[in-house]
Amino acid sequence: MMSLYRRRRLGNQIVLGLSLTATAIGLGWLAVILGTLVYRGASGLSLAVFTQMTPPPGSDGGLLNPIVGSLIMTALAVAIGTPIGILAGTYMAEYGRFSRLAQIVRFINDILLSAPSIVVGLFVYEIMVAPMGHFSGFAGAVALAILVVPVVVRTTEDMLALVPKELREAATALGMPLAYVIGKVSYRAARAGIITGILLAVARISGETAPLLFTALNQQFYSANLNGPMASLPVVIFQFALSPYQEWQQLAWTGALIVTMAVLALSITARALASSRKTS
Amino acid sequence: MSMASVHSSTPIPSVTHAAADEGALEKKVAVRKLNFFYGGNRALKDINVSLYTKRVTAFIGPSGCGKSTLLRILNRVYDLYPNQRAEGEVLLDGKNILEPGQDLNLLRARVGMVFQKPTPFPMSIYENIAFGVRLYERPPKAELDGRVEQALRRAALWDEVKDKLAANGLSLSGGQQQRLCIARTVAVKPEVILLDEPCSALDPISTAKIEELIDELKDDYTIAIVTHNMQQAARCSDYTAFMYLGELVEFDTTSKMFTTPTDRRTQDYITGRFG
Repeated sequence: MMSLYRRRRLGNQIVLGLSLTATAIGLGWLAVILGTLVYRGASGLSLAVFTQMTPPPGSDGGLLNPIVGSLIMTALAVAIGTPIGILAGTYMAEYGRFSRLAQIVRFINDILLSAPSIVVGLFVYEIMVAPMGHFSGFAGAVALAILVVPVVVRTTEDMLALVPKELREAATALGMPLAYVIGKVSYRAARAGIITGILLAVARISGETAPLLFTALNQQFYSANLNGPMASLPVVIFQFALSPYQEWQQLAWTGALIVTMAVLALSITARALASSRKTS
Repeated sequence: MSMASVHSSTPIPSVTHAAADEGALEKKVAVRKLNFFYGGNRALKDINVSLYTKRVTAFIGPSGCGKSTLLRILNRVYDLYPNQRAEGEVLLDGKNILEPGQDLNLLRARVGMVFQKPTPFPMSIYENIAFGVRLYERPPKAELDGRVEQALRRAALWDEVKDKLAANGLSLSGGQQQRLCIARTVAVKPEVILLDEPCSALDPISTAKIEELIDELKDDYTIAIVTHNMQQAARCSDYTAFMYLGELVEFDTTSKMFTTPTDRRTQDYITGRFG
């Protein structure tokens, strides 16, 4: 009997050891990436990065136009994608909770959720860029919005599904029409979760490069014109990092650091919101 | 004394059994030959029972006997789910609420319900109550304040929450939350109040408070209460219905049911021999 027990204890220790090693490898690479990013990127951080345009090769400059472009396109993508996502999620979790249509939409949404973003970029190229005859910030925003929708649909549905059915029954039993039950009770109960979903969607699109290459392309000069090509941080990082010029490479590192920090801040906010939901 | 006993051997009994001294009592709700189905599963079998105006009717019976199911038909909250179907008649003031074309929201405003688990809405204590009132009325602020206070007083909660009406309803204790839910139901001024095991998640002190409350509420409302606690049924109801396996076994005044039940099964259940 003791030998059996000893063997189990040994087995336990081996599995524990393997798990710890795997965790260490995963976290290790993450630490190396973040460390390199901070080490290489931080040295280039200065006020000029946020106030000057991308420079021609060989001279100094900043990242103002891609930062502005990213902010505009991200904001527009969220403005387009969030209402669609929340309403679709609401249909699936509330009105169509037991319907076949909701199941089909859920399945398709899951496919969209994992669709390669380059496919989305090509799709928007075909339906917007090609007919219009030029790249545009608007097409970029639409491509990003298509990436926002499935994330928001999914989190909205999940969070509404977590609202206890007793709460819905109680609201219904007061004589509340379903739209009120959803708007005043379900949304309130799921609010933090839904906002978390939106923040995660923003985090997801702020690093996307592929869909923007086919849609907004790039813009060397400051431009807030959505009808023309527009710069964005990921595309500029892509372009500058591959260039042979030292100043451009430095700006690429700095840009990467800015994107990473922004995403990190969003994730932390989302987490804080999610945990405040549990305690409240 | 009214009396009805439903044996599987006897033919469908009518509930038009009120004897002389109870004859004056109005039936607020009359359930006739009610059957209920969860998909293909028949959960209620030819139920006949009445809720008398401004009286408390208790429904007792072992788990799964259909007590809660019956209650959920009376305000048609079951309509939220597909594959649930009721057949027969449920007359509220003589009108069958199972007929198609009912305005369910108006029905539910007349027939309020309190659930087993306290279900305060995720909003302030004040809003929890004002919200239901505002669904059908737009009283001026001062009157609304009065309605909220009145409802909280009726639910014996006012003294405990009057200084923190802006606090979240979820911050209250379980017993307070349940009284908040009762206050919320009362504030809408329903005619019938359905209580589905309202005390099963509460401690004895909160339970006592809610029982006192039921006693006061019956001055104004017709009340149906589902309970697993036989002492509770004996303490706070005027009529008791014993249900078993989807059938209504016996329905009579509470005093009769707890002293001289007619059906063997009622007696066994009440004396704790099964259930």
